[in-house]
This record gives sequence, C-alpha cells and structure tokens, in this order.
Amino acid sequence: MNVLAIDSSNITMGIAIANQDIVLGELITNVKKNHSVKLMPAIEYLMNETQLKPEEIDRIVVATGPGSYTGVRIGVTIAKTLAWTLKKELVGVSSLELLAQNGRFFNGFICPLFDARRGRVYTGLYRSKNGDIIKEKEDTIIQLSDWLNMLNDLDQPILFLGNDVRLYEHQINECLGKENVETHVTKNQSSPSELAWLGMRKRPVTSIHNFVPTYLQLAEAETKWLAKQEGK
Amino acid sequence: MGEFIMEESILILGIETSCDETAASVVENGMLIRSNVVASQIKSHKRFGGVVPEIASRHHVEQITLVCEAALEEAHVTWEEIDGIAVTEGPGLVGALLVGISAAKTLAFAHSLPLIPVNHMAGHIYANRFIKEFTFPLVSLVVSGGHTEIIHMPEHGRFELIGETRDDAAGEAFDKVARVLGLPYPGGPEIDRLAREKEEPSPLNFPRAWLEEGSYDFSFSGLKSAVINAVHNAEQKGEHLDQADVAASFQESVIEVLVTKTMGAVQQYQAKQLLVAGGVAANGGLRHAITKAAEEAGIELVIPPIQLCTDNAAMIAAAGTIDYLQGKRANMGLNAQPGLELVNI
Ligand SMILES: [Zn+2]
Repeated sequence: MNVLAIDSSNITMGIAIANQDIVLGELITNVKKNHSVKLMPAIEYLMNETQLKPEEIDRIVVATGPGSYTGVRIGVTIAKTLAWTLKKELVGVSSLELLAQNGRFFNGFICPLFDARRGRVYTGLYRSKNGDIIKEKEDTIIQLSDWLNMLNDLDQPILFLGNDVRLYEHQINECLGKENVETHVTKNQSSPSELAWLGMRKRPVTSIHNFVPTYLQLAEAETKWLAKQEGK
Repeated sequence: MGEFIMEESILILGIETSCDETAASVVENGMLIRSNVVASQIKSHKRFGGVVPEIASRHHVEQITLVCEAALEEAHVTWEEIDGIAVTEGPGLVGALLVGISAAKTLAFAHSLPLIPVNHMAGHIYANRFIKEFTFPLVSLVVSGGHTEIIHMPEHGRFELIGETRDDAAGEAFDKVARVLGLPYPGGPEIDRLAREKEEPSPLNFPRAWLEEGSYDFSFSGLKSAVINAVHNAEQKGEHLDQADVAASFQESVIEVLVTKTMGAVQQYQAKQLLVAGGVAANGGLRHAITKAAEEAGIELVIPPIQLCTDNAAMIAAAGTIDYLQGKRANMGLNAQPGLELVNI
C-alpha cells in the first residue's frame, strides 16, 4: 500500500510517501506559513522523486488540526479532493496525536501543544504503551493555567512537545516544577513519516465529502452570536 | 446537426469560491452551460447581517467535492473529456479563494490537466457570452457588492478599466442603506422591491456624484451619508420617513449615475455591444433603466438572467475557456490574489 501523508496544520509543512513500512520520501520545512504556495509543488516534487503517479497512491493521510485555520483547510482540501477524484482511501489524524508520536519512547505522560493565543493552547494528553501512543485525555482548547492545574495532579513526569512550548516554558515550570517537565528541541515538530505510519493503522473515513478539519472551536462571529442569543 | 466536419469541443471545469457561494460548472466551448452547480451559504450568513469570512471558508471545505461531483454528473462528462480546470484566483476573500484554488490545483495535478487562473470580474463579464456572442469593441458595466467598474474590451481576453468607484461599491451602498432602513440581509433585493412597489414619485431627492467632467469614475459614499443623515434627522425630530420613499430615491440616484456614465462610455468607445454584469445587474430598476437607455442609443444590450448575474462557476469556466485558448496557465504554486485587478491592456 502506497501512502501519501500531508501535514500543513501548523507552521511545519510535512509530506511523506511510504510503502508499507518503508518511507520512500519525506520533506519537511519549518519556516513561515505559506502553505498555499508551497504545498502542492512540494507534493508534486516528492511524487516525481519517488516515481509515483497520482493513481498509484492507495491512501491519503492528512493532519486535520487543530492548528492554523487556513493551513489546515489547505491540507484537508487537497487530501479530500485527491481521495475523491481518484477514488482512494482517506484518513484523518489529529495534529496533536501526530505530534505526540515524537514522545513514543518517553516513560510518562506526553503533552503536545500549540499556541491558540490569549493564554489558551490546543492540547491533549497522551501516554506511550509498548511503542504505541494512547490517548489519555481528549484534545481541547483551554486556558494554559487551567490545563496546568489539572496536570499538577499527575504522578509521573510530563513531556511537553511543540514549537510553541518555549512561549510558555516559564509558566509551565512555575506551575509544575522543573523536575517533572521535559522538553527537547528536536522533538518539537511533527514528522510526516510518523503521520504516514499512523494513517496506515487507522480506518479510512466512510464519507470523503463530509470530511472537514478539526477546529476545536467555533468561528469567533458564531461564538458571539450564540452568546447574544442566550442573553436574549 | 448535419455537420460533417466534427469540430472538437473544449470542455472546461470551472470552480468559484471567492465569497459565499461554492460553485462548480462544466462549460462547452465557452458558450454552452453543460452544468452549473451552486451551493449558496446565504442562510448561514444571514444571522450575522453579512458574510463572515471564516464561516464562508469553513462551508467551502464542506461543499467543494460535492459541487464538483454534481457538476461532472449533471454534465455527463468524465475526467478524460475535461480539457482544463479554471479557478477564480481573485478578487475575493483570501481564505475562501484558497479552498477553491487548493481543490483546482489538486484536480489539475491528479488528472494532468492545465490549470487556468481566472479573474472573478472577467468571469462576471463572460456570463454574458451564454446569452449572446460578443461583438467588439464592447463596453461592460460591472456592478456588485465589491465592484463598480466600466470596462472597455477591444477583443477577447483584453480588458481596459475606464472607470471605477473611488469609495464604496454600488452593492455595498445598497447593503448599508438597507441596514439603516432596518431591512433584512441581503439588502439590495429588498431596496429594489420597495422602490418598485412605490407608485407615486418620491418627495425625497438625494445627490448624484458626477465627479469631474468626462470622468467615468463613481463615488457613492456621499449619497450613502446623505441617506443615513436623512433617516437619522427624521428619527431625531420624531418625523415619519417612508421607507419606500428613501429606497426609491436612493436607488434612482445610483441608477441615474450608473446609466449615464455607462452610456457616455458606450458613445466614446463606439461600442457595438453593451454588457451588464455582477450581482447588482439583478436589480430590477437598473435593468429597466439601462434597457431604455440602450434602446434610445440604438446599441445592443446584453444582461444575463439573474442566476448568472450572481456568483457562479459557469462564468469562470467561460472566461477560463478564452484564457485556455490564449495559452494562459498557472503552475502548482498558484496563490489567491484577494485584490486582483482587471487591467491588462
Ligand atoms: Zn461576484
């Protein structure tokens, strides 16, 4: 089975092509977000390098967010359009679950996070079990302070992952104590070959048409509108 | 029928997501609509009183493959028969445009088809070609929520901008005045309805902005402020101002300027055809006034039916067919151009 994995949900842009357990090619950049311009040429390049034609891809795996709304929409639109038009399988993977894979050999809890502004983060809690990553708590968007208070009750070390961890390092250390927290700079960006590997093990979606990003929150206008309705 | 020489026809799939309609269409030879599918989001945006860009983008992702599938099915065509993918590159909402562009690039890549970037405003003009073949030189009045332009076309695919709005677009002024009058969104059709129901002439008289002698530019902000002031003054004095009077006078002012300037351009460029395009071309008052003016001037007038005036993908495929024939192509790096202009002369 040939798998094409696409991640444009955050600043990192990652593409991998894998055949079963062999990664045929992988491309990662970690620069300013311009996925709208760079992603399709990168896919085209990697397909050429691995000498695969679009119809030879059997499954498309995409990171569905949370993350940058526009970035995740570009990846999801490309993935669902490709799967629909070539009648291929489509798999979506949480961007947080994908990042958590970087802690596969860590003994303790794994906490991937992306900044969601105004003190909030997109995050979730995972744990490694026999080399597989198990979800401990659902992905969510939450005030970091509330999240850290909850993590304070855990009895094992926590590995924080993500390029945005450095923004909050001080706050994390202050709340949890340095001895409980580990981060490692090279483990902070998601790996597209991990995405391909994860996607190979998951069940494809049943409706490609209904496939959408995981935003984890409503559009701001909608939140305001709902609040207004409740106030009425 | 009865033709012995088989002309090979060109089939273009058009994709349009610049604002709040997700649309796909298959067009044959730039003039025949084989399918024209539009998923409108108007109900979703109505509660906000206008289009919310983030919500528009989200809906586009939900609809994009559905509308493409429906367009191919209704046209009874397969990918092997499609000659190119035309997509709106701009102007429009950047996040919304990117959904259509991402889908179009993927389809072009998957089926090794040419990718053709199309200017949304050129699309509006080319909606007229479904009604009548173009005769050059022609002049087109393009009026929508985002644009008010007079364009001169000496030939296919060439556009000269000869007049544009210096502030609000005509459609924008309609929406703002409708809001002041407390009319539901979208306001344009509501104002048109009120104005048409009005039987006696309105006692109100709003200004017309003619600008400098010989200019084909427009300005609607002064008119808009005059209307808003009139409404507020009446409110403060506790006077009753008839909604229909305001709507009729406002609309009359907009239409008189639009029609007069357009007819001036027709004369100056010795146009053989006058095309009206864009969402505001659905306005009954404008259709009536420009029809009359064109008759008096003896010029051929083309206005598309209402469903082709509002955003759709058939018009993108139609304009894209010309670009396809003229060899215009984009690569996989195609980006959205939210402020794209229609000038290439
Ligand atoms: Zn339009």
